[in-house]
Amino acid sequence: MSFIDTLLQGVLLGGLYALFAAGLSLVFGIMRLVNLAHGDLIVLAAFLILLIVSTFGLDPFLAAVIAAPMMFGIGWLLQYHLLNRTLGKDILPPLLVTFGLSIVIQNGLLEGFTADSRRISAGALETASVNFGGISAGVMPLVTFASAVLVIVALNQLIYRTALGRAFRATSDDVVTASLMGIRPNAIFAIATGLAMMIVTVAALYLGTRANFDPTAGPARLIYAFEAVIIGGLGSLWGTLAGGIILGVAQTVGAAINPEWQILSGHIAFLLVLLFRPRGLFPRAVD
Amino acid sequence: MPSLIETRSLTAFYGDLQAVFGVDIRLDAGETIAVIGANGAGKSTLMRSIAGVIANRPEMILHRGEPIGALAAPDVVRRGIALVPEGRKLFPSLTVEENLQVGAYGRKVEGPWTLESIYGLFPILKERRRNPATALSGGQQQMVAIGRALMSNPEILLCDELSLGLAPVIIKDIYAAFSKIRATGAAIVIVEQDIAQALKVADRVYCMMEGRITLSGRPAELDRADIHAAYFGAETHELH
Ligand SMILES: Nc1ncnc2c1ncn2[C@@H]1O[C@H](COP(=O)(O)OP(=O)(O)OP(=O)(O)O)[C@@H](O)[C@H]1O
Ligand SMILES: [Mg+2]
Repeated sequence: MSFIDTLLQGVLLGGLYALFAAGLSLVFGIMRLVNLAHGDLIVLAAFLILLIVSTFGLDPFLAAVIAAPMMFGIGWLLQYHLLNRTLGKDILPPLLVTFGLSIVIQNGLLEGFTADSRRISAGALETASVNFGGISAGVMPLVTFASAVLVIVALNQLIYRTALGRAFRATSDDVVTASLMGIRPNAIFAIATGLAMMIVTVAALYLGTRANFDPTAGPARLIYAFEAVIIGGLGSLWGTLAGGIILGVAQTVGAAINPEWQILSGHIAFLLVLLFRPRGLFPRAVD
Repeated sequence: MPSLIETRSLTAFYGDLQAVFGVDIRLDAGETIAVIGANGAGKSTLMRSIAGVIANRPEMILHRGEPIGALAAPDVVRRGIALVPEGRKLFPSLTVEENLQVGAYGRKVEGPWTLESIYGLFPILKERRRNPATALSGGQQQMVAIGRALMSNPEILLCDELSLGLAPVIIKDIYAAFSKIRATGAAIVIVEQDIAQALKVADRVYCMMEGRITLSGRPAELDRADIHAAYFGAETHELH
């Protein structure tokens, strides 16, 4: 029973990692931009939620609903006015600029919120759990996982069923020809990053209610997000969920054997997948 | 009454390299004109300039008398000028139907062209509408590229080398659709390397060589030897 317990916890943790990764995957898929500040933006969103919760005394879920459009705006402005200028044949400028942005965000958060670690309280939900025939699971991890599935379903609907989604895919294929269709690539990129920041807000809600975070927590979240995307295969959102689950299961199983092995076993699982399936489990992008 | 499109001493560059040297062409309402010329003559550069892919000085290109030379492609499409690019350039991630739909992204206006009427023009596309666009034959892909441009219901349709890489029977099919497109009142610019094809469909022809217009006129008024000289240059002409 305890092994199944561990497995279930790992799967549910995978939902959180998939939430970390989905925005990264979306942005990379549409504009081939690797955003090294992605983890720091998650932490920024967590502080934003915390600020709304503590200022207005709101429920964290409600605070996230308020934070999401704000994060969309931040993402839109960031992409339109800064990151779009770095896009081009050379892959180095976006890496340098987002690396710099990562440092700027960390230092900004340190200034504003000090180095203390914080937590967003979800009240009674934090300790609530449900029982399925002897196996118990926390309500928050279940809600996290369900949110990840919901986010991925919604994103897939958007990408494959709407005019905006067609524009995303067309722009990803060929920017010049897309502009001949009346698509403004810079605006499309800005919307994509805005959407990614809304997903980041969802990830931040569950990050902040699950564990402590501080201004320097971003880079580690970025690594998990990367690993989930790469394990799943570039360009496939369901693959990203699978990648998150593999990472989560590897970590919880590793921790069950020896608590010190938690992080390490996640990285080992990642390396094993890279070794045997260098393009990930469900690659979609052809290039 | 200003022309639909007029270029005035149009020049175009790729970085430091100049590809078009002072081109003047004109397109009037309801007209079909052809631009012919050998490889590298600057035909595609001219089309890309009009479509807004290459930026030019504003007054070098006039649309109904208004300067549009500096507009970017998305703004040019919104004015009712659509380009079928050389090499078709379909979106591989999109199905046939999605490729058609995306053609109406920037300009949604009432007009003769809808998904249904494009399937009427090219029935085979309806059968294959769920296929990835790149799974189609070359001729069918060209139909998708034309349909995609038509989806914005353009007043002006620019077609860059529709016959590129296609078998003669297929080229015939593609050009057969042209009479129906012309019947809707759209003005058309055809870029062709195939002189005979161009002379057959166009009201007027411009011949380009090395970035300049070397000859223009109505097909009936043009002499074969003059076209040959304007197309290949004087050296080749002297061989005769
Ligand atoms: N992207 C580019 N970068 C640099 N030079 C270019 C580019 N595209 C075209 N050229 C150059 O500009 C000139 C005109 O090319 P263009 O493609 O307009 O000719 P074309 O008449 O369309 O030829 P074709 O019949 O082969 O399509 C050529 O000398 C070509 O080498
Ligand atoms: Mg050409």
